[in-house]
Amino acid sequence: MAERAARWLIVAALLALPWLLPMILPPHQAQFWTANVFGRAIVFGIIALSLTFLATYGGFISLAQMMIAGTAGYTVAIFVDGAVPAIVGGLSYAAAVPLGLAAATLMGLLVGAIAVRTRDIYLLMITLALAMGVFRFVETNIAWFNGYEGIRNVVGPRLFGYDFRNAYVFYYAALAVAGLLYGGVLYLVRTPFGLVLQGIRDNARRVAALGYSVALHRILAFGVAGFIAGAGGVLATIYNIGISPGSIGLGATVNILIMSVIGGLGHPIGAFIGALIFVVFDTFAADLYDRDRFNTLIGLVFLAIVLVSPDGMVGVGARLRRLLGVRHAAA
Amino acid sequence: MTTRLTRRAALLGTGGLAAAAAGFPAPAIAQRAPIRLGGLTTLEGPFATGGQDAYRTVQMELERIDYTVGGRRIEFIRESSNAQADVALARARKLIEQDNVDIILGPLSGAEGIALRDYSRTLTGRTIVNGSSGAADTTLRNPSPNFFRFNTDGTQWMAGLGSHVYNNLNIRDVAVTAGDYAFPYAQVFGFNIEFCRLGGRVTHYWAPLGTTDFSAQVAQINRSDAGAIVIVHGGTDGLAFMTQYAQAGGQKPLIAGSIMADQTMLAARGPHRRVMIGMVSSGPIADVIDDPDWREFVERYRRRWLNEGGFPSPSIHAVNYATNLWGILGALRAVDGDLSNNQAAFQRALAAQQFKAPTGANVKLDHNRQAISDIFLNRVEERDGRAQVVAFGRTAQVNQTLGVPEAQFLALGSPSRDNPGCVRPS
Repeated sequence: MAERAARWLIVAALLALPWLLPMILPPHQAQFWTANVFGRAIVFGIIALSLTFLATYGGFISLAQMMIAGTAGYTVAIFVDGAVPAIVGGLSYAAAVPLGLAAATLMGLLVGAIAVRTRDIYLLMITLALAMGVFRFVETNIAWFNGYEGIRNVVGPRLFGYDFRNAYVFYYAALAVAGLLYGGVLYLVRTPFGLVLQGIRDNARRVAALGYSVALHRILAFGVAGFIAGAGGVLATIYNIGISPGSIGLGATVNILIMSVIGGLGHPIGAFIGALIFVVFDTFAADLYDRDRFNTLIGLVFLAIVLVSPDGMVGVGARLRRLLGVRHAAA
Repeated sequence: MTTRLTRRAALLGTGGLAAAAAGFPAPAIAQRAPIRLGGLTTLEGPFATGGQDAYRTVQMELERIDYTVGGRRIEFIRESSNAQADVALARARKLIEQDNVDIILGPLSGAEGIALRDYSRTLTGRTIVNGSSGAADTTLRNPSPNFFRFNTDGTQWMAGLGSHVYNNLNIRDVAVTAGDYAFPYAQVFGFNIEFCRLGGRVTHYWAPLGTTDFSAQVAQINRSDAGAIVIVHGGTDGLAFMTQYAQAGGQKPLIAGSIMADQTMLAARGPHRRVMIGMVSSGPIADVIDDPDWREFVERYRRRWLNEGGFPSPSIHAVNYATNLWGILGALRAVDGDLSNNQAAFQRALAAQQFKAPTGANVKLDHNRQAISDIFLNRVEERDGRAQVVAFGRTAQVNQTLGVPEAQFLALGSPSRDNPGCVRPS
């Protein structure tokens, strides 16, 4: 009962955030926190959610999720009107965004199909290889991806008469997308498809013996994850006013893995918690510690989280509850 | 049981303390408050040494004026990126929105510059002045009214080199070996514009960034009847090419791009040093420039930094950051530190700035807020027992289109491997 109340409280807090922040921060900083800490964390969280979904319910750790997000971002950038340089152009956001999501879903299915017979470390390596292959291709291809400089000026659509560049419009759009996808994942894992997926995670051979096609379910799960990553990729591209190969490089790929791991791979909410911690430290570590060495601090924090709680922040929550439970029992 | 609880409690306590220590700094806004200047450069990633050197000259120049200009103190807030556009953008947003800076000085590399140019367009009452990024399109196509650049770009850096090769070295046919990405495209474009217009012939050999084996290319070039080789590689690629060229016994005259002939290459040991003596290049700086301003600047840099990890002579990034900082300080002096009215007066003063860069070259801005300045023709010479880049010529007041009318230059399109700027005279 208390848990349900807490859940509604968090939802209310997230919705009211743009009003709550100015109470504790100067106005310009409140806006910064809205868009560039919470907004950015939600966007990264969506991409991390695609990995957490695969890892939690399928047992697949894929390093290709950032690349798949980039596929959606690049598709939008290539087709949307106003991007610089104009590669194809001519489409409105209403047409380009679904195209981007479709491209990411397809890319997800493709990655799933290529990696369908691999597990564990081999799955990790093959998805990493795919991600790096696409990254290098995009970096050196001028005709379609404008190489190293990437495609700029993807400013985003106007929503109900509001400019997407407005911090609050962006925040609520990202929050709405995240909420829908998060709810979607929680729903999906209770459907027969989700149950079979969890069966594959626990014992693939037994699921196959029951007559389910393990390969098909795996590929479909990667497709679903591709769609989720694509939604994050489109938002990230609009947030960054464009996309360049650096956004899908090795650093970005590893960042997504770090978010998922520090958040915890036990529950989809871990993706967002991990992303928030990551973004806060990524943004403010340089203020807390020597500017030339602040990456050390970021590394130490992540190390500490993983050491204290191997199952991430989600695990810390569970441990806390157990700890309090012990106290009650003792009293 | 007790110990387990204590350990957890200790961990929780530490976490709580850390969270409390984070705090939220809230700046006081007052009359004649300090001017907040944000610095953005790369202290991580491939250009970390260049980024560190950039902050050396910025700090040195701010110390020289005691962090005061136009009667206002300057607060300098340093940030760092890793040469990726999205990271630079996140840091710039933090500087503007969280640290509330008035002006950003930065970034260092090309894609970052384009990302910040786009971001600056969404700002009002804030100004971004480039650090050292040199992509032509940052100011040439879709310029932003809030983005200023007092350093020259990669195409401008090749000014005078094509004519020198054709007219003074009497070479009609060259082999260009270059990296297959944006910066070399821009440099090759700048060389070809002059060289091909005069009637020279160019054969291109492209190699992806990170190539280590150039032996096939070297053999091909040595067999060809090219009169000289133009090398537009940087870093380890350049070193690999030069080493293999020297080992293959290459004898052709060498012409180089702007990041090829510099101290990082000359200081490395190996057979390439033999063939590099006499190599001709061009760029915005040299180790030795016969100019009292430059000698004084280098002397100041050495006094301040030689014992604290500095180079024997300031790097190209350090000079570019210093040049851009001088632009900012000059404009702040002109408006007496007045940033009111959405910085309108300050931005007008920035656009009107005319001053001498650390190299002694005159700098002024064009209508796109892009520098017009001098480019040096350099030769690698043995001096004081070490190889140094010595300026022997200077092309005065090179603009962004290298003297070609702007509409005509824009019609040539962006530099790429399919568009290397070799347009024959019709």
